[in-house]
Amino acid sequence: MELTTIWFLLVAVLFTGYFILEGFDFGVGMLLPVLGRDDRERRVMINTIGPVWDGNEVWLITAGGAMFAAFPEWYATLFSGFYLPLLLILLALIARGVAFEYRHKRPEPTWKRRWDNAIFYGSLIPAVLWGVAFANILRGVPLSADHEYVGGLLDLLNPYALLGGATTAALFLTHGAVFIALKTLGDIRDRAAALAVRLGAIAAVLAVAFLAWTLTIRSSAAAVVLAAGAAAALLGGLAAAKVRREGWAFTGTAVAIALAVATLFAALFPNVLPSTLDPAGTLTATNAASTPYTLKIMTWVAVIFTPIVLAYQGWTYWVFRKRIGVTHIPQQ
Amino acid sequence: MDALDVARWQFGVTTVYHFLFVPLTIGLSVLVAILQTLWHRTGNEKYLKLTKFYGKLFMINFAMGVVTGIVQEFQFGMNWSDYSRFVGDIFGAPLAIEALVAFFLESTFIGLWIFGWDRLPKRVHLATIWAAAIGTNLSAYFILAANSFMQNPVGYRYNPDTGRAELTDFVAVLTNEVALITFPHTIAGAFLVAGSLLVAVALWHLIRNRDSADTPAYRFAAKFGSWVTLVATAAVVITGDIQGKIMTEVQPMKMAAAEAIYDTESPASLSVLTIGSLDGSRELFAIKIPYLLSYLGTGDPNGTVHGINDLQALYTAQYGPGSYTPIIPVTYWSFRFMIGFGLAAAAIALLVLWTQRRGRAVPNSKWLLRAGLAMPILPLLANSFGWIFTEMGRQPWIVFGEMLTRDGVSRSVSLTEVLTSFTAFTLIYAVLAVIEVKLLIRYARAGVPDVTPAAEPDDTDDTERPLAFAY
Repeated sequence: MELTTIWFLLVAVLFTGYFILEGFDFGVGMLLPVLGRDDRERRVMINTIGPVWDGNEVWLITAGGAMFAAFPEWYATLFSGFYLPLLLILLALIARGVAFEYRHKRPEPTWKRRWDNAIFYGSLIPAVLWGVAFANILRGVPLSADHEYVGGLLDLLNPYALLGGATTAALFLTHGAVFIALKTLGDIRDRAAALAVRLGAIAAVLAVAFLAWTLTIRSSAAAVVLAAGAAAALLGGLAAAKVRREGWAFTGTAVAIALAVATLFAALFPNVLPSTLDPAGTLTATNAASTPYTLKIMTWVAVIFTPIVLAYQGWTYWVFRKRIGVTHIPQQ
Repeated sequence: MDALDVARWQFGVTTVYHFLFVPLTIGLSVLVAILQTLWHRTGNEKYLKLTKFYGKLFMINFAMGVVTGIVQEFQFGMNWSDYSRFVGDIFGAPLAIEALVAFFLESTFIGLWIFGWDRLPKRVHLATIWAAAIGTNLSAYFILAANSFMQNPVGYRYNPDTGRAELTDFVAVLTNEVALITFPHTIAGAFLVAGSLLVAVALWHLIRNRDSADTPAYRFAAKFGSWVTLVATAAVVITGDIQGKIMTEVQPMKMAAAEAIYDTESPASLSVLTIGSLDGSRELFAIKIPYLLSYLGTGDPNGTVHGINDLQALYTAQYGPGSYTPIIPVTYWSFRFMIGFGLAAAAIALLVLWTQRRGRAVPNSKWLLRAGLAMPILPLLANSFGWIFTEMGRQPWIVFGEMLTRDGVSRSVSLTEVLTSFTAFTLIYAVLAVIEVKLLIRYARAGVPDVTPAAEPDDTDDTERPLAFAY
């Protein structure tokens, strides 16, 4: 396999990992005001992701770094072109990350309410905007012949991309609800499970519409199979949620997100950022790539360190595998 | 004002801000790990108290370092896309490796450490803070290797077909002599901050709560922190001296700009105070120490140190017409502030050790208290000015000798966009700074926690007791 193909796959894997992991973090954050009826319940929710959210976010930093190292042209054009959405994502991630750490540091209800808002909006904004961004990558954006983004903000807010944003938000909400049902005890667990099924129905409709639209824009045999798999996994996950098999439900939503992201990348390949103007502006896995020497070094680094990272991150999830409920939450 | 100026200001503000939190994360992660190791080895409760106490301050600071760090990685692509295209083949690799090798380690094990007190066996729990500390310190190496490429590009060739710099020798990039010396200098600077924080907080309690039962713990922290500060200062000075010699060799303009020497001197004297003309092209008034600069820059008291005007002429011949001179007052003063603030912290550390000599109680002195409270601020300023010096001293280059800063900026980003982001970051950073400092003060004042014997770690599924730590 070509080194550029390997790195296209690796970048896809890193973003897939990011959306599976931070997907439920975002979901928990967005559901905070919905499922958390009082401070204790909200603390239960936050603590289901407390030990892991930061490690989950490193998937994004690694994906960004891998994109920079392996496809500098892609990284440069995408990040400068999607300027304002990325700015909003950054501001949201800043507010949200600090909120997790600072919320419990003072007892005043006003203090907590403000940080709850930071967690809610800090989760909602990226959950929507990542969908908008990836839909635009798939759809293509106005690029000049020398690969500069020449569109404006409104070019990014087209109906297809907005549907993409709604889809990721709905998927992450479902994923988060299923995660809360999997990780908590008592009343909140029951409510999360019930909500997961209702949210999942909305997510399924949106996801099917979005993936079908995607395949009309660009498609490949693999993309069709993956999209069908995503829909099947989501439905399977919802069925499991309905009968309260929470482990299977979570597996279902995780696989659905993975396959939905994979659908986008499979449909995109070998392009990485198509141009809607001059076809010469289209960035591909070949013309956006680093030199073979750089890719070879990075491949070795990835081959050695990725399994190590997966092992200790997996271990973290094992250490914090226990369900928690309101009785586990210590006083301030 | 154009997009380039604002993009530069944004990079300066967000990077200096990010680096207010980084040194404390680097240094304090290790110091907290040492405190926990002391508890593990001796069983003495005071070390456990200090571990938990400084661990809380560490976490308040750590969160800020993490969230402001993501901005840094995105910013290269957002505001400096032509730079990213030009160096991506070389510069992207250390960034990706930093995330994969260091950030995962740091973030995952920090999570295990803060939430793992009641889940992990004691020994494993101790290992988690060390793993996080190693991750943090490793990350510094990769990002400094990337930065060193901008100061002293090595291991690459310019490819005229693609118009970009391409990697030819990755080992050369990782063993760039600038990186090898900047790493220990930066780490030592970080320990200077962390040691100072230990002292400042402990000293406050020693002076304000004179009858506290935890006085032995604070005495230890004050002494330990003072020693860390002093050893770190020695390391900063030694590595800084070597760094100066390398800089004289690879970036002579930066050395000349640090000292505001306009004409080549052999031997060169060290400037104590130089006032130049407003356009920065000549010297008006100066107090100097003969031979010292030659010695510091070259190791030989009679060595030649090139002057700004000669280097400007040399670079004009080499790279074409244009200014190759940094803004001299900025480099000259930031260099002096770096050294001055750093040494001031060391002086206070000496004073603190002196007041506690042979088991004496810390005197109830208002001035000692003030000096102690100033202590962590001084090395933070020294760190900031060090970075301002080294980055401003590189100008007008973004990659020395290869690419000018003005050529690296994003062409597709408008002034409005970059102004929006600059304003947004400045505002949110300012608000968070106030919140962070208030929280730090609140938790520093609260003092060491009560550590009534905790139950043994219990990993079974049916335990009903509250979590040892929860958000």
